[in-house]
Amino acid sequence: MMLLKEILSKYPQDPEYLIEILLDYQTSKKTHYISAEDVSRISQHLDIPESQICSVISFYTLLSMEPKGRYVVQICHDVPCFVNDAANIYEVLVELLGISEGETTPDNLFTLEITECLGCCNESPAMRVNNQVYTNLTPAKVEKIISDLRGEVK
Amino acid sequence: MIQEKIVSKRFGKVNPLSIDSYIKYDGYKGLEKAVSNHPTQVIDEIEKSRIRGRGGAGFPAHIKARALANASGPKFIVCNGDEGEPGNFKDRMLMENDPHAIVEGMVIMAYATGAKKGYVYIRGEYQNAIKIMKATIQAAEEKGFLGENILNKGFDFKLEVRSGAGSYVVGEEFSMIESIEGKPGRSRVKPPFPTDKGIHDRPTLINNVETFVNFPYIVLVGGEEFAKVGTASSTGTKLISLSGNVKNKGLYEVPFGTSIRDVIFQLGKGVRNNKPIKMVQLGGASGPIIPEYMLDMSIDFDRFENFDSKTGTGAIIVIDDRYDIFDVLLINMKFFVHQSCGKCAPCREGHIQIVNLLNKFKTHRATEKDLMSLENLAKVIQQTSLCGLGQTSMTSIISSLRYFRDDYFAKVRY
Ligand SMILES: Cc1cc2nc3c(=O)[nH]c(=O)nc-3n(C[C@H](O)[C@H](O)[C@H](O)COP(=O)(O)O)c2cc1C
Ligand code: SF4
Ligand code: FES
Repeated sequence: MMLLKEILSKYPQDPEYLIEILLDYQTSKKTHYISAEDVSRISQHLDIPESQICSVISFYTLLSMEPKGRYVVQICHDVPCFVNDAANIYEVLVELLGISEGETTPDNLFTLEITECLGCCNESPAMRVNNQVYTNLTPAKVEKIISDLRGEVK
Repeated sequence: MIQEKIVSKRFGKVNPLSIDSYIKYDGYKGLEKAVSNHPTQVIDEIEKSRIRGRGGAGFPAHIKARALANASGPKFIVCNGDEGEPGNFKDRMLMENDPHAIVEGMVIMAYATGAKKGYVYIRGEYQNAIKIMKATIQAAEEKGFLGENILNKGFDFKLEVRSGAGSYVVGEEFSMIESIEGKPGRSRVKPPFPTDKGIHDRPTLINNVETFVNFPYIVLVGGEEFAKVGTASSTGTKLISLSGNVKNKGLYEVPFGTSIRDVIFQLGKGVRNNKPIKMVQLGGASGPIIPEYMLDMSIDFDRFENFDSKTGTGAIIVIDDRYDIFDVLLINMKFFVHQSCGKCAPCREGHIQIVNLLNKFKTHRATEKDLMSLENLAKVIQQTSLCGLGQTSMTSIISSLRYFRDDYFAKVRY
């Protein structure tokens, strides 16, 4: 819990910085989510109601109150990626990870999500793993990325 | 050459992380010139340039700037780097390749309007751009282009990066204002407009990233010179995000008036495997879908106005004949189901109904009555939604009903 304290101290004690704080804190957690306990501590610190924080978290798709895997894999499915084989890449991910959209692997390593355009349509298909974007995906490339991530943990 | 580079001229030439490299390339010259004149002269030049906003709607930039300049008391400037419209990547490329040009454009506007505080709002997915913009602001502060007593001219301007957290509607001005205040990004009823009541109810000017990058150049060469490029209604150049099934996907800059066909075939080198084009979507998910025979249309705000959409962002998505228009429409409409903020019923409920209807067409279960329902519902959503999301989301449906009617009839069960 030291961590939240550290992050709070980086920002002015002003509700304007709520989203920045939530994003920063969530990124720093292995489980990529804001717990009920986190909400109540942030609410005290910024002196705003917990309900306001919860409504912010539920509004923004990058924020979550549910724990996620260590690696959140988000594959883009908008039109420019769709016409560049994104649906097939999604199938490859389903196969590799053994889970489908919205699910987390039993070892809590991967969560698979579908995302909106990542602004990399010039190099589609594209996906994002935590804060890293991967582009010009092919089935072979995706296989390598996933096995490298698995290797990183060992 | 059909490309003409003004806003992307430094791409690949400057090191985005080096302010010295930017300065060497005429960097901050526009600002230096601006502060040697009276603030109103800056806005006069912008008026003469006749530049229109590059965020989609094409609103004349000088009108908003003058409104902010005329407002008294604390006021804000916001750079809209939310770029949530699928198919667009121009603003990301600007932030990643020439970030000081954005800062310079914003400082010029601060001088012209008297704003002392500004924000660069960047979508949360753009982590790299966020990092670069933060470093850029710091470097500009250290060199005296930002902060207090800028260039010893006695004016102050502070700039901060704000990160989005995954929401398309936050690209809309009032939603963005809410988000900057740390709240969910739900729009407000207009008027009052942001230049009257924006962040913390103070006057606020919001422009797109590409719009800001044009300002230093306009100040430097003068409004009249700027207006020599482009067309009567749309001056200057436009960044085009070209994607889909073209051979050379990428970012291009062309003068307004260039035809869509030339962008696709001369710059994009045509369709991969030389397949026929089935359709082209302009602007992004909220833009029209047009058939191949319309590609000679020129890139021009007046032409785009026929579509009531955000076509003006400059995205061109090329789709070859392997794809079914209903798949494309369904992706667009599911996007809006997901992105609706839920504040008003036509948008919140309407998009779900549209998806249901489209699914009927996709699976050959539609009747002629469904076709009428789709047409009527699309109009209702467009006309009764509170904010620009629902007012423009139907553009692809409405255009497809006009230009691809046979595709609908082919799926109707008699
Ligand atoms: C739903 C919605 C999303 C929008 N998204 C963006 C965006 O991502 N970037 C942008 O610059 N403008 C976006 N706009 C347009 C802005 O509301 C606004 O018109 C623009 O930022 C003004 O800048 P400009 O005058 O320089 O074009 C969006 C509008 C709507 C209705
Ligand atoms: S049109 Fe949609 S996004 Fe806009 S206010 Fe209404 S529900 Fe929200
Ligand atoms: S559509 Fe996938 S990155 Fe833009």
